[in-house]
Amino acid sequence: MRTLLTLIIICLTSAIFSQPSGKEILTMIDKNLSAKTQSMTAKMVIGGARGSRSIEFKTWAEGEDRSFTEYTNPAREKGTKMLKLEDKLWIFSPSTDRIIQITGQMLRQSVMGSDLSYEDMMEDPELSNHYKASVIGSDTIQKRNCWILQLNALNEGEAYEVRKIWVDQERYVPLKEELYGKSGKLLKRTLIYDVRKIQGRWYPMKVVYKDMLKTGDGTQFIIEAIKLDEPIPGNIFSKASLK
Amino acid sequence: MIKFLIKGLLRDSHRSRLPLIVVALGVMLTVLLTTWINGVLGDSINMNAKIATGHIKVITKAYRESMDQIPVDLSLTGTQELLAELRRDYPSVSWVERIQFGGLLDLPDTSGETKSQGPFAGLAVNFFDTKSGEAERLNLNQILVEGKLPERPGEILVSHTFAKKLGITLNDKVTFIGTTMFGGMTISNYTVSGTISYGIAALDRGSLIMDIADARNALDMEDACNEILGFIDVDYYDDAKATELMTLFNDSHQSGSNEFAPVMIRLRDQNDLGGMIDLMAGVVGIISFVFILVLSVVLWNAGLVGGLRRYGEVGLRLAIGEGKGHIYRSMIAESLVIGIAGSVIGVAAGLALSYLLQQKGLDLSGAMQNATMLMPGVFRTRITTEAYYIGFIPGIFATLIGTVLSGVGIYRRQTARLFKELQLQ
Repeated sequence: MRTLLTLIIICLTSAIFSQPSGKEILTMIDKNLSAKTQSMTAKMVIGGARGSRSIEFKTWAEGEDRSFTEYTNPAREKGTKMLKLEDKLWIFSPSTDRIIQITGQMLRQSVMGSDLSYEDMMEDPELSNHYKASVIGSDTIQKRNCWILQLNALNEGEAYEVRKIWVDQERYVPLKEELYGKSGKLLKRTLIYDVRKIQGRWYPMKVVYKDMLKTGDGTQFIIEAIKLDEPIPGNIFSKASLK
Repeated sequence: MIKFLIKGLLRDSHRSRLPLIVVALGVMLTVLLTTWINGVLGDSINMNAKIATGHIKVITKAYRESMDQIPVDLSLTGTQELLAELRRDYPSVSWVERIQFGGLLDLPDTSGETKSQGPFAGLAVNFFDTKSGEAERLNLNQILVEGKLPERPGEILVSHTFAKKLGITLNDKVTFIGTTMFGGMTISNYTVSGTISYGIAALDRGSLIMDIADARNALDMEDACNEILGFIDVDYYDDAKATELMTLFNDSHQSGSNEFAPVMIRLRDQNDLGGMIDLMAGVVGIISFVFILVLSVVLWNAGLVGGLRRYGEVGLRLAIGEGKGHIYRSMIAESLVIGIAGSVIGVAAGLALSYLLQQKGLDLSGAMQNATMLMPGVFRTRITTEAYYIGFIPGIFATLIGTVLSGVGIYRRQTARLFKELQLQ
């Protein structure tokens, strides 16, 4: 009896100590998803009330503060460019030849009618800089074992006060995420598919975003090609490159 | 008999002065309140109809579910055909297409970058087809503060307060940023040809009017609009007629689960206007009841006071053999005369004041800076037929009830003690 009890205690202890802490899991996620630079060709398939439509674009990003996006298709959006420098965002529209700064409430508006807001697009990808994580359980998503992490915002003013993420225990990539507002209301849900090994790290190639306050089937964000940690010409992150 | 009573009332002014003043004041207030409520609510309903709701409105089923968000993606399509059908089937109704939309208006600096920007509520109407009557319906010539109405495509009107807030001057080029019917981003340039002021805080804070063809181009809404408004009559909303048309249309457009199928709704189904219409319908009854109640109590008391003052007179009349019933009836007849006279004076005074307020209006726009409802800034009374007779109901009834109650005391006098009481006096 005593031996059995000892065995149970050893098993439980080892199980507890083998599970990384919330902070460690978050650091591992950041290692997978953050890069010094990212260049990608991607498309968004937006499921709206009147059927779905596809928008293609190229994006270049450097660290957390600088990113540049150029829309390439369809014709109505072609040539539209977006520049993010720190906490500022500008849009260039070729039809009006105008550079427009997006600020305030407009940052919470949908990007190109998708389920992503400008705020989502501008978000710092390194979650550990903004949230305190704790493991609250485990689950199985897409037949893979996951830890469920609850992330609580470290500072006031984050777009999402609480995030719940289901993290693949083996690859340290989120497979599902729920984003909650200050009132506790579920605002967005994301599901992540097609996780591939890219330059030695696990990276999601398809993310389905669903704005829970909008009708429609959500937005598929599909990465067609991606390069990580490769140099990007500095002049791309300037207002001059918008026109 | 009546002539005799009138003479008595005129010669002994103590008998009639107070009840007459009370009745006249009460009736005047009844008339004024009725015309005021009819005016304010009627103006609000008309304003809502012209700007936002129409008397009836055709939209899609899906749009109806989230109408407060004015979703352009749930708009009607094939509107030319639908409009032709509406004009054919309901020729007595004026039908107009409208697009309500939202977005951001951006004013550039000299280098073309953002100088200022703000969110707005936009309204697209048919400016250039004079047959549509939209400029008159929206009273655009009267609400124009500066500049001129759009004369060519690409010209827009911006609310004066909003223009001042963003620093927009006439003929400035501004950029509209919004979302198309298919969810895409749209950015278009326009010229501000004029500024307007509705006198409604909710609209003046940030609104814009553009031609529907411009809006269609910007919002990718060819042969589409989110609302078709119908106006049954020029000025007043007829709820029964609206209900009849709505039932007729919806019965002939049963389309199962198609969420983009057209559906008709009434003015009362929008912007919480149903409550306002019900209030207007019931207001005459409510006011009459309240005033009858209040005036009756006041006149009952006045009658009791009068009864005390005329204690000796009634005693003497009883003593010389006049029947209690006869005295009671003569006092009721007296009150009827006072009621009619007071009501005539009260109605005349009430109508005079109402007419003044109808013409001049009462500017309360300063107190409505943060109003979110479509309410006029200048409140006016509206003299309707009922204003001429409504005052007589509380005026006559209250006087009669007051006298009937206070006069009961006559029957409590004991004839045997009358001479003793008179001796004491």
